[in-house]
Amino acid sequence: MLLRWNAAAIAAACMMGCATLAQAAGSAPTDPQIAHIAYTAGALDVAVARQALKKTRSKAVKAFANDMVRDHEAVNKQALALVKKLKVTPEDNDTSRALTKQIKDEQAKLAKLKGKAFDKAYIDHEVAFHKTVNGALTSTLIPSAQNAELKSFLETGLKIFQGHEQHAEHVAADLK
Amino acid sequence: MFASLLPTCRSLWLALPLAVGLAAPAFAETITVTIEKLTFQPAEVKAKVGDTIQWVNKDVLAHSATARDKSFDVIQPPKKTVSQTLTRAGSFDYYCKYHPNMKGRLTVAP
Ligand SMILES: [Cu+2]
Repeated sequence: MLLRWNAAAIAAACMMGCATLAQAAGSAPTDPQIAHIAYTAGALDVAVARQALKKTRSKAVKAFANDMVRDHEAVNKQALALVKKLKVTPEDNDTSRALTKQIKDEQAKLAKLKGKAFDKAYIDHEVAFHKTVNGALTSTLIPSAQNAELKSFLETGLKIFQGHEQHAEHVAADLK
Repeated sequence: MFASLLPTCRSLWLALPLAVGLAAPAFAETITVTIEKLTFQPAEVKAKVGDTIQWVNKDVLAHSATARDKSFDVIQPPKKTVSQTLTRAGSFDYYCKYHPNMKGRLTVAP
């Protein structure tokens, strides 16, 4: 389990071009940590989508960002209901912190861009971000989840993220 | 006793011609496709023109059934049921435009 977690974190780190996630490796995440990571990933994607909604003039990018806000807010609402039901208190952890830092840096980068350059950078980020989260879900979060309901929730979450990744790829292709 | 029978008889007589008149559309079927955890179930449906597809979305997410050839684009809001009457024959591959990994096929006979 320890090895798996390390490998996933490193893979995620490489994809993001950032070393911070690798430092987050240690042992398999606990259910409270997994819940926190999943929730954080969704909340961060909403934050970037809101930034995009303020900046973009592309209809397709705006529609995509709106879809991200709608889906991730709906999923996170369900996540909160689930942790309440399971009496799990999400626990902050190095992976959540690394993800958050990664996204803050990305947002600072995006803030400097305009027009088509912004649209392209945002959609490229969305493809990469969803890929990273899918990698973490598949190799670490889902296998490590102890509670069956949490595991099933993450499995549905994986399908949603995979859907978003394909959706982002379609938008990226249209932008060209 | 008679008084209560009378309206029953009368409505029967009224119902009879109505039933005959509706005989043709009565063959039209309603087919349910359930959307749960990002899957269309059943993913393959065979129907005919005049049938109705009832899309039952059990997810908290909005989905769509969007034909690849753009001949239909049905939005299914979260936790809602949406009906679509089939007006065109053909074989339609469709997907969800929000989650393109969701796919299905609808074959409509004339
Ligand atoms: Cu969908």
